[in-house]
Amino acid sequence: MNPTRTAPPARDPAWLGRLSWCAAALVVLWPLMHATEFRPWILFEARNLEVTGDFLASFFPPAHSAEFLAMAARETWRTVAIATAGLTLALAIAAPLTLLATSVLSVSALPGRMARGPFLLRQMVRWLLIVLRSVPELVWALVFVRVVGLGPTAGVLAIALTYGGMLGKVYAEILESGEPHATQTLLRNGSSRLQAFFFGLLPQNAAELTSYTVYRWECAIRSSVVLGFVGAGGLGQQMDNSMKMFNGGEVLTMLAIFVALVALADRVSAGLRRALG
Amino acid sequence: MPAPSEPSVRRRDGAAAHAPYRLPPRLFDARCRACWYSVAVIALVVASFASLDLQWAQFFSLEAARSMGRFVGEFFPPDLQPAFVQRVIAATWETLAMSALGTALAAVGGLALALPASRLHEDDPAPGRVSTRLLLNALRSVPELVWAALLLIAAGLGPFAGTLALAFHTAGVLGRLFAEAIENAPPGPGAALRGQGVGRLRVFLYATLPQVLPQLMSYTLYRWENNIRAAAVLGVVGAGGLGQMLAFHMGLFHMGKTATIIGAMLALVALVDGMSLAARRRLTR
Repeated sequence: MNPTRTAPPARDPAWLGRLSWCAAALVVLWPLMHATEFRPWILFEARNLEVTGDFLASFFPPAHSAEFLAMAARETWRTVAIATAGLTLALAIAAPLTLLATSVLSVSALPGRMARGPFLLRQMVRWLLIVLRSVPELVWALVFVRVVGLGPTAGVLAIALTYGGMLGKVYAEILESGEPHATQTLLRNGSSRLQAFFFGLLPQNAAELTSYTVYRWECAIRSSVVLGFVGAGGLGQQMDNSMKMFNGGEVLTMLAIFVALVALADRVSAGLRRALG
Repeated sequence: MPAPSEPSVRRRDGAAAHAPYRLPPRLFDARCRACWYSVAVIALVVASFASLDLQWAQFFSLEAARSMGRFVGEFFPPDLQPAFVQRVIAATWETLAMSALGTALAAVGGLALALPASRLHEDDPAPGRVSTRLLLNALRSVPELVWAALLLIAAGLGPFAGTLALAFHTAGVLGRLFAEAIENAPPGPGAALRGQGVGRLRVFLYATLPQVLPQLMSYTLYRWENNIRAAAVLGVVGAGGLGQMLAFHMGLFHMGKTATIIGAMLALVALVDGMSLAARRRLTR
């Protein structure tokens, strides 16, 4: 130990810098607070406090009548079913588009540059996937609720379109990131593109593709609850109804069911992915 | 004991004794776990389609196709009157502000919750660790939109509820990530300060925080990127931003205006994606 140890400084040696950074942050935050009407004190106004207090007090006891629980179980299954059916349709959208978009499967690219026609086609499919993916599923759901009416059909279609775009884009990326040697050898020796896909590309990447799909299924369960809030059926729609009627007990039970459902899907998906990898 | 595998069985002439003709594996084998998983997945898919009363007939009928076509046709032309475009730009700014402020609040709240949720050194008893982690999990597993619907009751309609909703959900996500980062920080500098008798707060401020700060910043920026996307649709339940405008005009069947708003959402998301891609390229180069 150093015998001439000096006592630690009583004050932070860098205080000036820290203080000016904090002041600068406040200056930047000010317009943001203005834009978001950030007025935390309205939370504590007497009237608001009373409404909030009443709502929170109505959380207990959570609703637990047999009739309500049966309804909640039915809606939970519907939520899972919407996610599963939506993802199945998404797979049906994504698979052909992926085959069209993957540049490893291009015959004309074998000697060097891809020909212009196939390049344009691939680029257009890619743009289509990006558009499908960038419109949030909630917006798709709002649109479909107008066309097919309230109910699970709108939710299934919304998940199918958004997740079709996501799956297609990521599938194409996975297929292109691998080692293209086996596939190109097959193509060079005269196999068809589908044969090269099934015997070269797919076996190499099957585990990764499946694992990503399972992960997306987990995400789809989460978003199918959210879609219920715009009228696409399932647990979310019931939760929305209960909130509008200020029925805190029902809200609490459904929130608990939802958290348990997400945790369960998380476990199942992690287990499946571990079994694959 | 190693099981005798085929390649190790060699004939006297040196050629491997692979059976020249082998039956393909059976389609279903009770001992293969992947087969059971596949059966379960197929059963789940079939049960899902069977139990939902999907109105395919209605959706694929000629009449529905015509109404769909009319509906899509109404989106064009998008409403580009200067007064309306100005309101869309204001709502876009509101969306951006909601996401930025929500993320900033979440970073502060996440850090405050991450401290009790992590073991700061090896013999730290960390009494609140389990309960704080439970709280973080609860915050995290309720989606932003559900938080927004709940908070509308306390905070009223408008962007304030949306900002708080983003902050609650993101605080759960960031708190967990921050706690992991703090627990994984190299213990040396902290131990050196503690050996000198420096208090807990100062050990954190001068040893732990400087080491993990870059990681915390990158987690926060990544969540901000996610939150911009979330903030665009949060308003559908009435929590401000582009989403609130979208729900309002779509409810009144103002399709031209709806098209403009959806265009603004797409542009915002594309801008954020492009910027984050460019930033990541610059950082990894």
